[in-house]
Amino acid sequence: MAVTAKTLDETEFFYGHKACAGCGGSLAVRIALKVLGENAIAVLPAGCMSAVGFNYPQLCFGNNAIISTFAGTASMLTGVQAGLKAQGITDFHAVGFAGDGGTADIGLQALSGAIDRNDDILYICYDNEAYMNTGIQKSSLTPFGARTTTTPAGKNIHGNLRQKKNMFEIVAAHGIPYAATASVGYLNDFMRKVEKAKSIKGTKYIHILAPCPTGWGVKTDETVEIAKEVVDCGLWYLAEYENGSFTLNHEPKEFSDVSDYLRKQSRFRHLTDEDIEIIRKSRDAKWEFIKKNFK
Amino acid sequence: MARKFLSGNEAFAYGVRLARPQVISAYPITPQTIVVEKLSEFVEDGSLKSEFVHVESEHSALSCAMGASSTGARAFTATSSQGLLYMAECLPYAAGGRFPVVMMNANRSTALPWNIYGDQRDSLSQLDSGWIQAYAENAQEALDLALMSFYIAEHKKVSTPFMANLDGFVLTHTYEVVDVPDAEQADEFLPSFETDNKMSLSNPKNLGFSAGPDTNTYFKYKEHTGLLNVREVVKEAEIRFEKIFGRHYSGLTESYKTDDADYILITLGSISGLVREIVDRLRENGERVGLLRIRYMRPFPNEEIARAVRNAKAVAVLEKDISFGNEGTVYTNVNSALQKAGINIPAANYIGGLGGKNISPQEIENIFEELKQEETAVRFLGIGVR
Repeated sequence: MAVTAKTLDETEFFYGHKACAGCGGSLAVRIALKVLGENAIAVLPAGCMSAVGFNYPQLCFGNNAIISTFAGTASMLTGVQAGLKAQGITDFHAVGFAGDGGTADIGLQALSGAIDRNDDILYICYDNEAYMNTGIQKSSLTPFGARTTTTPAGKNIHGNLRQKKNMFEIVAAHGIPYAATASVGYLNDFMRKVEKAKSIKGTKYIHILAPCPTGWGVKTDETVEIAKEVVDCGLWYLAEYENGSFTLNHEPKEFSDVSDYLRKQSRFRHLTDEDIEIIRKSRDAKWEFIKKNFK
Repeated sequence: MARKFLSGNEAFAYGVRLARPQVISAYPITPQTIVVEKLSEFVEDGSLKSEFVHVESEHSALSCAMGASSTGARAFTATSSQGLLYMAECLPYAAGGRFPVVMMNANRSTALPWNIYGDQRDSLSQLDSGWIQAYAENAQEALDLALMSFYIAEHKKVSTPFMANLDGFVLTHTYEVVDVPDAEQADEFLPSFETDNKMSLSNPKNLGFSAGPDTNTYFKYKEHTGLLNVREVVKEAEIRFEKIFGRHYSGLTESYKTDDADYILITLGSISGLVREIVDRLRENGERVGLLRIRYMRPFPNEEIARAVRNAKAVAVLEKDISFGNEGTVYTNVNSALQKAGINIPAANYIGGLGGKNISPQEIENIFEELKQEETAVRFLGIGVR
């Protein structure tokens, strides 16, 4: 039976942490652990979720959990699953929760290695589009135009000049058994994907967009709304990769206005109409690709 | 028991097989590579049941080994030089997490300039990482150390990772006749790995956490105590080892003709074999000289060194290492041991063998000759400077 908000386990496995109000990342971790259940063994690198959850003696995970090195989420997951397997234990789910910096920047090599070995792990990237734990610095998943503390928006440069790295397709290019994108704005879709990943042997990767009100400059009660809107305006998409092909899970009939989405967030407030036009064009190019290559 | 003609690397791999690690993370680097190659052959031929993980870097090698150890699995990896430095972040991590991973390090020079040959700058640069550090002299000791390292690291009073060092090429690639113990004997020596410091499904734990200013020192003190406990556990392991295998080891140091020696050369690793020969030769001429071989750099054998040199007129430390801008690190540590024991004798430091440079018998004789001048000085061997 598919997990829904109604059938979701009431047990809390990530509880009593000190994440900021409205944190999208902590919502993703909490929901994923409910779907995976008590035999989940979580590995989290240095980053927001480990900083808010592992402060001795206040340890917030009800299941097994460990902080890895920043670059070592996937490699430690590999060791955890190999260690348990060697001891004849099979009824567990080794799951990693790493942010965008921990995944697409410093942790990419280890992740690539784990996928290459097809280790039996689930890697969840909670993408809040910058190094939020250190105070909003650009990562390779920071979108074009976003202001961060290392991509200031001034007269000469309007925030981040680079496009967001395409982690989903990078992971898929390894020939991974299962990969998916998700958003905390569409939690049922995310829960379904975690549940599916739970039943697949080998490496699984889920990339969930998880807004950070502090870093994005939205109100703390707008997390879910803005995470919906990024999908509805077409700047993010819900898809899966399985058996060598891509599937689009949700196709907006028509996109909501990109500039509405951008203007709500203080990180984009400096953008000119020309900047927004660049973003719109890159969205359209992406969707052209999706329509051509995704089922 | 079988007698085999093995290189240091192979001997160590045979020792690891006897210890039956449940997880091995493997990444190649000269001159260590043969260890993981050999272990992969053991896994292939079924003589070793182990999860053999082809990691994509040394950082992942140790990260993976820690992950395995955090579930209560016995874990092994091996590295050298640049690889050790690449995984450097994981060294204090494993020690602080109290994960008793065993790692062999083939001692090799560090870049720049690039050099694949042996010196001890790689491991000695990581002395403060919280690992046990031992240095083998020959292939037999390498095998025996492989087996003992798991016993010592995993001991409940220790629970600390173990770095077993073999001099690159001189030891890793040199063949000797080695006694390889039977698996039954090894099993009698080495109990299976039991720990409470693990994540288990029946008793979930949060590991690898943060500890702020209020609690941090307690954790660090415990870590320090664990390393100090190695001193008694090494003794225990070696007594047990001798009972089962008949080979004797002498703890954190090995003294050779030091009791009545006026001049003692202190060193570590494979060069000790040559120094022993020179000591014998000089003794034939009536010279009162001796050798003190350091077997463990951490925990550091302060008392053993003080005891061995108490009646000497002067000592010298010969090491394949230099802490730039100061002196050899072994020398610094030895001086600290002397000072704490109130032993005020001249101590000289000889830096040799860097990047695999040969240390000749004549050079060792010269050191003993110079020792008679009873000077405290730092000197580089073999490059014509004083």
